[in-house]
Amino acid sequence: MYDEQYTYAVARIRAKETSLFSQATIDQLMACKDEKQCLQFLVDKGWGDMDTPVNAEAILTREREKTWELMRELADDMSVFDVLTYSNLFHNLKAAIKAVATGEKHPNVFFRDCAISGEEMMEIISEKNFSRLPESMVQVAQEAYETFLHTGDGQLCDIMVDKAALDAIYDAGKKAKDDIIRDYAESTVAVADIKIAVRSQKTAKSMEFMKRAMAECDSLNVDQLSRAALSGMDAIQEYLSGTVYAEGAQALAESASAFERWCDNRIIQTIHPQLYNPFTIGPLVAYVLARENEIKTVRIILTGKANQLSDEFIRERVREMYV
Amino acid sequence: MSQLGLVYALLGAAVAVFLAGAGSSIGVGIAGRAAAGVVSEDPGKFAKVLIIQLLPGTQGIYGLLVGFITLSKIGLLGGNAAALDPKTGLLILAACLPVGIVGLISGKAQGQTAAAAIGVVAKKPDQFGKAMLFPAMVETYAILALLISILAVTAIPV
Repeated sequence: MYDEQYTYAVARIRAKETSLFSQATIDQLMACKDEKQCLQFLVDKGWGDMDTPVNAEAILTREREKTWELMRELADDMSVFDVLTYSNLFHNLKAAIKAVATGEKHPNVFFRDCAISGEEMMEIISEKNFSRLPESMVQVAQEAYETFLHTGDGQLCDIMVDKAALDAIYDAGKKAKDDIIRDYAESTVAVADIKIAVRSQKTAKSMEFMKRAMAECDSLNVDQLSRAALSGMDAIQEYLSGTVYAEGAQALAESASAFERWCDNRIIQTIHPQLYNPFTIGPLVAYVLARENEIKTVRIILTGKANQLSDEFIRERVREMYV
Repeated sequence: MSQLGLVYALLGAAVAVFLAGAGSSIGVGIAGRAAAGVVSEDPGKFAKVLIIQLLPGTQGIYGLLVGFITLSKIGLLGGNAAALDPKTGLLILAACLPVGIVGLISGKAQGQTAAAAIGVVAKKPDQFGKAMLFPAMVETYAILALLISILAVTAIPV
């Protein structure tokens, strides 16, 4: 059955999609001489506001805020977007644990647009009032904090929290009514597992480390993937070629940046059918992910231009666009 | 004399108007929400989306037409109600059902298709003609039901 609750919202998103950057717009941005010209191009396209300073960070931050402002306007229940902000939320947890345990304060390390802000997270961790956290965070927050306090091992703390984030995303996907959330969760967790396997292989990590870091999902066998990572990069590619992530194996063979690009493109391919869905929350979720992808791609181009990197070098990292 | 035949016939007219009208109002409502979404971002598309929004409104008119013919047939419009036996009244009621039921279902379905077509216009306004054809296809079945209802109501001897 159709969920007609979002008919108005989806129609607005359809109109908004016309202003999303296509591959042709990205090519135009790439053709700009330097960062300054890129920024002018973005301003001409309506990025930022009248009072936004013409610098990359301010414009990109404002664009991200605009997306969430629109979603708050369109969706009655913002909890459907929780799954998209889990990685940022768990990042805030990691940052707060380290900041509290080391006694150092770095306010700029926290993400905004999360259910729990950086300051609130710092307060919760410093008071050890873990019950104020969402259910999926309580146990891991306590364990990661104790572990970091006793061992001072930041990587171990990161692994624990990142694994919990993946588990939370996967659980939210399983519980979700909408296919797009399920597909997004499956893709996100699988791609994260593949990334862990690839990085673990490169840094010669143990089986125990991988098992601790990887999250279970339906489309990948974590055990087989970890064993493949122990055997070498060819084994990872061979294992992936027998799964739905065969294109990832090809990207791995090409280069590290091609693989990173494939990871993001995989998410865009997952949400692509939402372009033809006239009802449900799907197109709204897809729009948020498409905007995140667009902002990330623009950031890559701006950083490349600012550092005078070659066009081929930047192009290798440019992501596939949603429209 | 029993008025039961007249009650059945009047019920038929009411079913035609009520169900087909309900279908249209649901359909126009769905398409209207989509149209409002597009116009809030791009007011220039108002005329195009309004035309598509109105497409599911025809079922209500078909119901009204059948209701009108029925009232005329049983003489209620002229103030001289015919003496109908219950069997004839039930026949008229049955004759009114196609436009009522098909109007209700097709009205909603056409509204959903119209909302999707409004999405096409939002992204590709130059494809307005093609976009309008999709909801218009649903209309075929409402017209078929109208035809049968009119033929049946007019063929029943009173």
